[in-house]
Amino acid sequence: MQKIVVLAKQVPDTANITGNAMKEDGTVNRAALPAIFNPEDLNALEMALTIKDKIGGEVIVITMGPPKAAEILKHSLYMGADRVMLITDRKFAAADTLATSYVLAETIKQIGNVDLVLAGRQAIDGDTAQVGPQVADKIGFNQITYVSALKEFNDNYLIVERDGEVQTEVIKTGYPALLTITSQVNTPRYPNCRRMLQYFRADLRENFSDSDKLAAEANVWVIPTLSLDNLKLDEDRCGLKGSPTKVHKIKSIMLKGGDLKIYGTGQTDIKQLVRDIMKVYVEVN
Amino acid sequence: MKSIVFIEKNPVTGKLRNVSIELTHKAYTLSNPLKGEVVGVFAGDALPGNSDELFRFGMSRLLYFIDARLKHLHSIAFKHIFVEMIRSEEPDIVLFGATHTGRDIAPLIASSLKTGLTADCTQLYIKDYKDKGKILYQVRPAFGGNILATIITPDHRPMMASVREGVMLLPEERLNHPVKMEPFTIDFDESWVKSEFLSVIPKVKKVDFGSANIIISGGAGVGSAENFRLIRDLANALKGEVGASRAAVDFGFAEKDHQIGQTGSVVRPKLYIACGISGQIQHRAGMEESQKIIAINKDSEAPIFNIAHMGIVGDLNEIIPVMLRYLKEEG
Ligand SMILES: Cc1cc2nc3c(=O)[nH]c(=O)nc-3n(C[C@H](O)[C@H](O)[C@H](O)COP(=O)(O)OP(=O)(O)OC[C@H]3O[C@@H](n4cnc5c(N)ncnc54)[C@H](O)[C@@H]3O)c2cc1C
Ligand SMILES: Nc1ncnc2c1ncn2[C@@H]1O[C@H](COP(=O)(O)O)[C@@H](O)[C@H]1O
Repeated sequence: MQKIVVLAKQVPDTANITGNAMKEDGTVNRAALPAIFNPEDLNALEMALTIKDKIGGEVIVITMGPPKAAEILKHSLYMGADRVMLITDRKFAAADTLATSYVLAETIKQIGNVDLVLAGRQAIDGDTAQVGPQVADKIGFNQITYVSALKEFNDNYLIVERDGEVQTEVIKTGYPALLTITSQVNTPRYPNCRRMLQYFRADLRENFSDSDKLAAEANVWVIPTLSLDNLKLDEDRCGLKGSPTKVHKIKSIMLKGGDLKIYGTGQTDIKQLVRDIMKVYVEVN
Repeated sequence: MKSIVFIEKNPVTGKLRNVSIELTHKAYTLSNPLKGEVVGVFAGDALPGNSDELFRFGMSRLLYFIDARLKHLHSIAFKHIFVEMIRSEEPDIVLFGATHTGRDIAPLIASSLKTGLTADCTQLYIKDYKDKGKILYQVRPAFGGNILATIITPDHRPMMASVREGVMLLPEERLNHPVKMEPFTIDFDESWVKSEFLSVIPKVKKVDFGSANIIISGGAGVGSAENFRLIRDLANALKGEVGASRAAVDFGFAEKDHQIGQTGSVVRPKLYIACGISGQIQHRAGMEESQKIIAINKDSEAPIFNIAHMGIVGDLNEIIPVMLRYLKEEG
């Protein structure tokens, strides 16, 4: 195994949305939402580390996002990633899946000698499940989506289970390949204490004071960043410009009021409810 | 406005998946008023047993490619075939079922065609947009279901979208389009086959929401796996199907197949009885189109009451046994 690239994204924690998460105008108040490691990307990283632990290989975690996304890269280092990269540029903003996959695919090509790419099945902010396959298309790798178990692997092939809707498929693929991983695959490991001590200062170069920079470089605490220019990307294919889909409008979901008939909890009330249910029941059967 | 619909069959039964029929009809309602046709595209080891059905929902032609190697989901092969089919037809709109197969292939195709794809749409309609003429408006939930976003693809063709099964409704009336099956020719390149399918294990399907008129669902409020028996008993008494909220599934009260909502099934029964379910947005996304909704919840402020037609505020442990007794009496 040469290199394994894990695609990871920092996402707002949509499972714990609180009252102030929506602004008055119905748009999302990102600042009010805690940002987390996209859950299924942790499963992808865990799978990469499992493979590396057994047959070797270099695990590289990459993310495209704002500087704050370096937090998940630091977490990846704690878990055991060998290398991380933040792909960041203002010109990447408002990218849809086509533009995102272009940037990620170009990065993977430039990393070179990549045998395996692992992505989460989907990110919980958009739930599109498109970025993984679209990267696979652009780098010309075989693709297996909805991977629900890792059965066997070695330097020549791997065997996984794919969670189809009506069937489970046991699939063997050689390299290179891109897999998208569901949460059924494994339980992500906790950060390693020794690695936490080693990397707790890891950060972006710009966040070190001049006096610390040398020490940071020497101790590989600097999280490398790549920009549009570094990667020599085509600006027309990045960010808003490179995104065929546009958000036309957004509205927060309001409850619609129904014509509610409330029954009491006394025996006669429940009897009436049952009668009313039976009325509907007779109508439908 | 010409539409293409990705036609899929259930690999276990060999029949059309419902979502393919639903999308054929949806495409017809989008294309027909604008004098456009609906073309189906299919690739596989054999045609779906009942493909004629599609012509009764507005499809005018079905392009198909049959090859034994397509028995399994060789994503790269399917991509090449559908990309060729789409290029030859030059449609404005391409619709996919958001199934595990559709979600595997559609993004590959959108990437190859360098166009936009909007996942899991809940509404699709056509309207003018600035100086671009008529385009497809694609409404989908985002941010864990807390917002509804309307997405457009103003400058690229085709405009691609996926829709989950059960979201688009079927009409009562049937159409009578002549059956036009058109074999498609393409040189199948052996290098497109990159995976080896060692075995395929059918999942035993325990839940059938599609044909259920009545669904009785339990949530976290049911309290325990043993207590969930109350929900099953009520379902038995009413000859309905058992549903569950995600919390009930997460707590192990019911199996994942029963989950209803944004990440479960989308259902529209004639009668939906929600027991001990608060009615969070993600659950409602899967059931709020039900014709009649009954809620049993001890919290009168629970959001489920905002969409219910009938409700009881009380403890389901007391209410359901009484219901069961009266149901028996009523026969
Ligand atoms: C991205 C995402 C996707 C999701 N997808 C889904 C999905 O597909 N489906 C889904 O259901 N959820 C989904 N959820 C979770 C959803 O947000 C809620 O957490 C979930 O629906 C809550 O389930 P519940 O109503 O059973 O539990 P709770 O919200 O805990 O509500 C339990 C209810 O039971 C009532 N109760 C308690 N005891 C009794 C009693 N003895 N008698 C009567 N009533 C009682 C309480 O008053 C309360 O209203 C999703 C969340 C996210 C973030
Ligand atoms: N900006 C990003 N940077 C790195 N990986 C990403 C990014 N966006 C999406 N991904 C990967 O693609 C998967 C699917 O994302 P999505 O298509 O947005 O549901 C995620 O689980 C990640 O593995």
